[in-house]
Amino acid sequence: MSEGTLYDKVWEEHTVSELPTGQTQLFVGLHLIHEVTSPQAFGMLQERDLEVAYPELTHATVDHIVPTADQSRPYRDAAAEEMMSELEQNVRESGIQFSDPTTGEQGIVHVIGPEQGLTQPGKTIVCGDSHTSTHGAFGALAFGIGTSQIRDVLATQTVAMEKKKVRKIEVTGELGPGVEAKDIILEVIRRLGTEGGVGYVYEYAGEAIENLDMEGRMSICNMSIEGGARAGYVNPDETTYEWLAETDHFRENPEKFDELKPYWESIRSDDDAEYDDVVTIDGSELEPVVTWGTTPGQGVGISDPIPTPESLPADKADSARHAQEHMRVTPGDTMEGYEIDVAFLGSCTNARLPDLRRAAEVVEGQQVHEDVRAMVVPGSQRVKAAAEAEGLDKIFEEAGFEWRNAGCSMCLGMNEDQLQGDEACASSSNRNFIGRQGSKDGRTVLMSPRMVVAAAITGEVTDVRELKEVTLV
Amino acid sequence: MTDEIPEIDAVSGTGIPIRGNDIDTDQIIPARFMKVVTFDGLGEFAFFDLRFDEDDNQKDHPFNEPQFQDASVLAVNANFGCGSSREHAPQALMRWGIDAIIGESFAEIFAGNCLALGIPTVTADHDTIVELQEWIDENPDGEIDVDVEAETVTYGDTTIEATVDDAQRRALTEGVWDTTALMKSNADAVAEKAAALPYIDE
Repeated sequence: MSEGTLYDKVWEEHTVSELPTGQTQLFVGLHLIHEVTSPQAFGMLQERDLEVAYPELTHATVDHIVPTADQSRPYRDAAAEEMMSELEQNVRESGIQFSDPTTGEQGIVHVIGPEQGLTQPGKTIVCGDSHTSTHGAFGALAFGIGTSQIRDVLATQTVAMEKKKVRKIEVTGELGPGVEAKDIILEVIRRLGTEGGVGYVYEYAGEAIENLDMEGRMSICNMSIEGGARAGYVNPDETTYEWLAETDHFRENPEKFDELKPYWESIRSDDDAEYDDVVTIDGSELEPVVTWGTTPGQGVGISDPIPTPESLPADKADSARHAQEHMRVTPGDTMEGYEIDVAFLGSCTNARLPDLRRAAEVVEGQQVHEDVRAMVVPGSQRVKAAAEAEGLDKIFEEAGFEWRNAGCSMCLGMNEDQLQGDEACASSSNRNFIGRQGSKDGRTVLMSPRMVVAAAITGEVTDVRELKEVTLV
Repeated sequence: MTDEIPEIDAVSGTGIPIRGNDIDTDQIIPARFMKVVTFDGLGEFAFFDLRFDEDDNQKDHPFNEPQFQDASVLAVNANFGCGSSREHAPQALMRWGIDAIIGESFAEIFAGNCLALGIPTVTADHDTIVELQEWIDENPDGEIDVDVEAETVTYGDTTIEATVDDAQRRALTEGVWDTTALMKSNADAVAEKAAALPYIDE
């Protein structure tokens, strides 16, 4: 078993007891909730006559069902309105802080936690959402839970967990121009598989990771779960501390920052930490990665051929055949030139300010292809405001993109933003499962934000490096 | 809270096979059916998009076939339940009638959600699962016994060695799979922990 890693230390720090099942009762430092997975948990509390034990360690937002166009209440979709009202009532009755759309703080739960300074190194963070792994970018131990576990956390501020193994994923070297965090994580999942991480927590390390900004690290940790790992993290460093110092929480309490820094330093993985597994990837060899199939592990470098099912391990061949039929791709071809109908720049993976800035650089002076409907959905109201202050909204709108309000949007199509029929979508989101974007015949191609806007401009999957001179991340 | 949590030593019932690796939670319960504030009634939406076409006509799918309508033991392949953390997925399966799942492997959050509902997720190797799935097709009325305690699955004349994760086995067989009351009883230790953590303000 691992020893001396950040995971071991944060686990130890938050252990309350060993349960009769052999599981550990783990204290939860931050519980994030949203409208889709929490209402049933509040219902269960009520049935059992229990109250929220630590409302001050709980924070709510609305993201999955919120419309990104007209947000006036009541929402046009009665089901969405009911979910929102239910959340409003639950947080009011329990005294839980709620970043609702009237506060200017609303957004995707994995965007607002970090930007408000709620996400911190060495915290345990849970949320009824599998992409909670995002918060590991700050050196937190963060993972998704189901609704019965939300009930546990609301009632006790603890969760029953089994300790996992730790796999260090070292990404060496310097990324080339046009290659970014999204490409790293798509490559990790391509190599290790969608279930390669089951039973593991991923520690991302190495020069290419250390050189990423916090947003890039969030994109990587975000998709740990797509590789089967329930949590992923990066050890906190100066990049982390600089980012944290700028958040509300620590701007208002600079003394708290100084007080906590020794703790943050103490939970970093030791130089001689022991890992259960180590994988090394040469970051300098990466090119933009896109998916050709219907799992995030079915990816390929933009200039590489789509694999033949026969060339894959036997247990992957059937899935590949099925996926290629659904996506209508031909093995041996590259994904370049694959026609798209929709471009979606958004989601908890890639809708933060630097994502929008880099995409806007590509878009400036270009036009969205006439056959493509393209939208930008900022990750939070703050990201939206900051982007507008820089004039990014104008760049996108002048090029023909729709500029929307914050929410999960077309990542999972729970609001009105959905694919129609068999539309193909260049998407900066995290899942290309069949049906994921709201249409069971829809086709999703996952890629980085810059690759998304490049596809929007040309109407087909395009190597952004050939479209325009692009900068290093 | 004094409600007794049932001990689940074994589950018996007829089987239903769902074939394929990486069957994700969006397939088990499409997101549009999650616009609800309770889990009631989710059963009818299990595998909805695989079971019905645009005009709500039934497609070929085990969940539509008459011989499997009373089944309670689901036999699946690898990485079943990958994707989102939505408990709506096992809730939909449970409300459709599933009491136990046997597969090659399960996504972690999905298996945890199943445990929280008292549904065992039992594993066996690929060939064993394929044989079981074939047997179910030939014997839709055949009883399958999933012995959680002994970690075996018995059908017809065959008994296979299966694996149940240790913590899961203990939680199910000792009736401690619903952890709320158990963890609530440690409230003092939780409060001490909260007071000791550097990042929590008084």
